[in-house]
Amino acid sequence: MNAFAKSLIIGFVAGLLMSSAQAEPTATGDLGLIIERATGSVLLVDQSDRATLARIEGLGDLSHASLVYSPDERFAYIFGRDGGLTKVDIVTRTIAKRVIQAGNSIGGAISDDGKLVAVSNYEPGGVRIFDADTLEMVADIPTESKTIGLVDAPGRRFVFTMWDTGETWIADMSGAAPAITKIQGMGDNPYDALITGNGRTYITGLFGEDGMTALDLWEETPKPVRVLPGYGRGQQKLPVYKMPHLEGWALAGREFVLPAVGHHEVLWVDADALTETGRTQTHGQPVFAMARPDGRQVWVNFAHPLNDTIQVIDTVSKKIIHEFNPGPAVLHMEFTARGHEVWVSVRDANKVMIYDTQTFEKLQEIEADSPSGIFFTARAHRTGL
Amino acid sequence: MARSVAIALLLASVTQVSAIQAGEASEIPDPEVLKRLVHQDCGSCHGLTLKGGLGPDLRPQNLDHHDVDSLSGVILDGIPGTAMPPWRPLISVETADWIAQYLLKPEAK
Repeated sequence: MNAFAKSLIIGFVAGLLMSSAQAEPTATGDLGLIIERATGSVLLVDQSDRATLARIEGLGDLSHASLVYSPDERFAYIFGRDGGLTKVDIVTRTIAKRVIQAGNSIGGAISDDGKLVAVSNYEPGGVRIFDADTLEMVADIPTESKTIGLVDAPGRRFVFTMWDTGETWIADMSGAAPAITKIQGMGDNPYDALITGNGRTYITGLFGEDGMTALDLWEETPKPVRVLPGYGRGQQKLPVYKMPHLEGWALAGREFVLPAVGHHEVLWVDADALTETGRTQTHGQPVFAMARPDGRQVWVNFAHPLNDTIQVIDTVSKKIIHEFNPGPAVLHMEFTARGHEVWVSVRDANKVMIYDTQTFEKLQEIEADSPSGIFFTARAHRTGL
Repeated sequence: MARSVAIALLLASVTQVSAIQAGEASEIPDPEVLKRLVHQDCGSCHGLTLKGGLGPDLRPQNLDHHDVDSLSGVILDGIPGTAMPPWRPLISVETADWIAQYLLKPEAK
């Protein structure tokens, strides 16, 4: 190669580098991903523009999939039902890495420092923890049970619960090897759990008995505290066609609101005393009861066959102030970070609907293939999400 | 014309769904509606591909201890003490039988 050709190539490469350095940077703070459960794809969306930017494919079985974000809001770690763990780069809109880490999975979490990603598995039952950068496994914690309710907690810890054995384990990952604290007697068949935004209180919902169980993670050895034991006493428990989800645990004022299992109601709990402060009768069995980020409203969707409806509850009066039918099979709701809008996935309409949370006016519809979970990048900065 | 056909079709499918929900399916249930029910709604516990989740794996090789009658009975009456609910309030015996056949021999449907 002569000197002229060489300098041409160097000039070309330098030009490429300069142009990419000067290209418009991708800001990710108002982006989000929508799971398309049947097709193994995710939609990258822009919350401010209420628009789809791209579809990223090849993520396997995404029924019941969820995801967490890296602290820089660039990468999403997507937990598929088939045990797939996929790291998606939302700046380049590509799959950065993908591993099949188990046979059957249910959810995941990212550590407070963003360095570790944990996945809870049904088969083999337990939790596996991965390096967030390389997706290489750094710890394998078998539990001999279907494992649910995995969340991150401050101090580089993960907390998770066992459906079959009713134990909650706290895995402290701050040292060289995981240090596990085991708490027995959480109750019969815990089905899901969540952690408060301050990382202090972990609560599991129980399927096998009426009630919930709380742990104070600020205690040296947390002890299970029963919350609302026997809340359905004297009422016939209805068949449960879909397990409720405990997520988006925002405080509604000084209270939490929780879906009752097998009853058409949500339950209000005082956040400090963990005692019941009220009940609101609802259209069906609640699946999600999600507080708007300011805590003034709670939006509730319902189990099959009443899953075409959303009710909105005012948290001051605990009364239903709005009810509407977005369409067949409302699966998930995600608020914008400050709560002015909510995105709703309507699986069998193949659409995501966007509503104003003050006026309840529909602002936009977005086409999506069997949409389920909606996840905005603002979750990156919230414990437990 | 096209519109009235569309409305008739829509009405037919609505009738179908309400018949399923009312548990009084006098006609043969629509296979597409039922497959959707199996994969989407049974799938919320058993997995979209029926490989299992909170509920067990429902692929044929894991159901060989069942025949249509016994499996249909599990669907209609649930399994007490487990998370498997009785579907009798929502579906007819004919629908449960169809689902049992579909689970045991998916290729035949």
